Amino acid sequence: MKRLRTLILCVVALVVAVLTARNALAFCGFYVAKADTKIFNQASRVVLVRDGDRTVLTMANDFKGNPKEFAVVIPVPTVLQREQIHVAETALLDHLDAYSAPRLVEYFDGNPCQMVERMPMSAAPSSADKSAAGGAAAQRARGLGVTIEATYTVGEYDILILSAKQSDGLETWLTESGYRIPPGASRVLGSYIKQDMKFFVAKVNLKEQAKLGFTFLRPIQVAYESPKFMLPIRLGMVNANGKQELFIYALTRKGRVETTNYRTVKLPSDTEVPLFVKDDFANVYKALFSRQVEKEGGRAVFLEYAWDMAWCDPCAADPLTSSELRQLGVFWAENDGGQPSRRPSGGTPQNVFLTRLHVRYDGEHFPEDLVFQETGDRENFQGRYILRHAWTGSDRCEAADAYRRELPQRYETQAQSLASLTGWDIQKIRGRMNLKASTPVPSEDEPWWKSIWKD
Amino acid sequence: MTSKLRDPRLYQILVLTSLFVYGVVRLDLEVKALQAAALLATVLVTQYACTRLWHLPAFDPKSALISGLSLCLLLRTNLLLLGIAAAVATIAGKFLLHWRGKHVFNPTNFGIVAMMLATGGKVWVSPGQWGSVAVFAFLVACLGGLVVNRAARSDVTYAFLASYLGVVFGRALWLGQPMTIPLHQLASGAFLIFTFFMISDPRTTPDSRAGRILFALLVALGAGFVHFVLYRPNGLILSLFFLSPAVPLIDALLPGDRYTWKRPAAGRIEPSPSEPSLLPERRFA
Repeated sequence: MKRLRTLILCVVALVVAVLTARNALAFCGFYVAKADTKIFNQASRVVLVRDGDRTVLTMANDFKGNPKEFAVVIPVPTVLQREQIHVAETALLDHLDAYSAPRLVEYFDGNPCQMVERMPMSAAPSSADKSAAGGAAAQRARGLGVTIEATYTVGEYDILILSAKQSDGLETWLTESGYRIPPGASRVLGSYIKQDMKFFVAKVNLKEQAKLGFTFLRPIQVAYESPKFMLPIRLGMVNANGKQELFIYALTRKGRVETTNYRTVKLPSDTEVPLFVKDDFANVYKALFSRQVEKEGGRAVFLEYAWDMAWCDPCAADPLTSSELRQLGVFWAENDGGQPSRRPSGGTPQNVFLTRLHVRYDGEHFPEDLVFQETGDRENFQGRYILRHAWTGSDRCEAADAYRRELPQRYETQAQSLASLTGWDIQKIRGRMNLKASTPVPSEDEPWWKSIWKD
Repeated sequence: MTSKLRDPRLYQILVLTSLFVYGVVRLDLEVKALQAAALLATVLVTQYACTRLWHLPAFDPKSALISGLSLCLLLRTNLLLLGIAAAVATIAGKFLLHWRGKHVFNPTNFGIVAMMLATGGKVWVSPGQWGSVAVFAFLVACLGGLVVNRAARSDVTYAFLASYLGVVFGRALWLGQPMTIPLHQLASGAFLIFTFFMISDPRTTPDSRAGRILFALLVALGAGFVHFVLYRPNGLILSLFFLSPAVPLIDALLPGDRYTWKRPAAGRIEPSPSEPSLLPERRFA
């Protein structure tokens, strides 16, 4: 068995982008439709850059509806100046997503008779209307105890920063200003008002959007300084239809980020799975994630990736450059600084540690906002699943015979692993693996002497 | 024999060991066997060395084991050496930092917080790594402990529970939050370890009942301040760490009888027949 391991001839990392459900995405806040359109929050992506109290939050959504109907309310800790708000390129998040996605790696067993070991080959990536803050409106707002702290147009968004004294005043103001507030939001708004949070309200400025020529909504970024290292998810649950998906990419200087008020659990990793997973990885990953959520009683946050941004192994995508990191808000990254590498030895340190967390939440299992802490843990972790191609040659030797004898057991183990990871029916997995057909058995017709002097 | 069974520390060791085993087997608490073994060995060796150095009559591993198990459950680090340093600090701290024959700090609390502050975050506590099942079972075991031991100085635990529950539920009521939020905040293994194994440590709490209740209230308010005003994690252990030096002051203002493990000073437990025999050795341990 040990010898077999050394026979792994070459390694080709095949990285399959994980298709995350992105029908419609939720922010940490909630959508408020201008028309009577039902908008459901399903999933969202957030990048949290944090060092000390300095925080840059990037929020991306996959809003698929009419941009006219897009509006979002997000609690923020401070009143934001114009320069603290920015619109980022979606490609940045896509790159971060591809770099950190759970991956499938592929190994090919070598000829057991030759005992040659080669170095791993390089990894191949795949996958991968105007503001309501007029004079009269401001007066009306004041009457309701709502202060419009600032109004900005940034990129394709019209942005209001509001502070409020009372939740019903804020709710009335938002409703009067044409935002559709989901029932039940008032109570949640009230608790944020008492914690002295401000409200970041954004909607799409159609003229600006047309001028810029974007057909999709780009991520909004805000930079602020606050001891609160948290994500407000409670508002987002008010108008959510069922569970929501949230991906959090934390970029920090010291080490891994975890939640302090929920369990942070590592996704099962480094498991050999049947070969058919290669063509069905998106479904396997979805099933795997659902199964793990279920196993944790729906109350855990999952760690999918934790890695120093200077390198990766195997790489699902190139590490982000320091320029990309700066655009994401990593203010300590040098513009002409470290060059990341796909190899451990090649990269120069960028002092950026990426933590990718994935959480499926609803009000019942996640009553409280997510609170984080940065730990000193710099151990690397990745969600990694292994395909191992059997050697199919016809050489005969003692090692090859032993190798062939062990194959059925290996396939069975792979089937059981996949069943345990995904909760799928083991019989169906065995069926899909087509076990008998894929097991290379020594050909009976071949004369025994054919393999004696083969090189 | 009776006196041995009456020592509440045996029950504590049992509960902490069970929790630790459950945590490693079921919750994947990320405690490596090597680290756990190193921590436990270090606390015992340090305890033994200090026993000899301070010429205590006998080596008693019970308190050191409780400290070691608490460290295993709470302390996280990638560097084994830092874990060992924390274990040494935990035990040596109680021999070195004392005031009129009493430890200034709870040993585990001192070991963890001192290392957290000294290493700039290379040592940390993961307060969220507990499932609700574990928390519930642990809570039952802790409350069971109170009943079983009819406990020596459990007033500090009760007072702390009441004060901290007041802080957490009071805040939720003020903010208009649903009660699921404070309940969720309290469903933390770290909170239970703190309440039943750390602040309850009779060797570091004030001597008089009034003093202990005052101390528990202060620690609860301090923890609330760290969590809800400063928005920092680990409010409980930080609060206890920074308020522990106030205990001598509280003792001066509200004097009372000194505690020894075999003779509860306040509580309704009947005196144990063999109580005086082990008194001197318990001076620092």
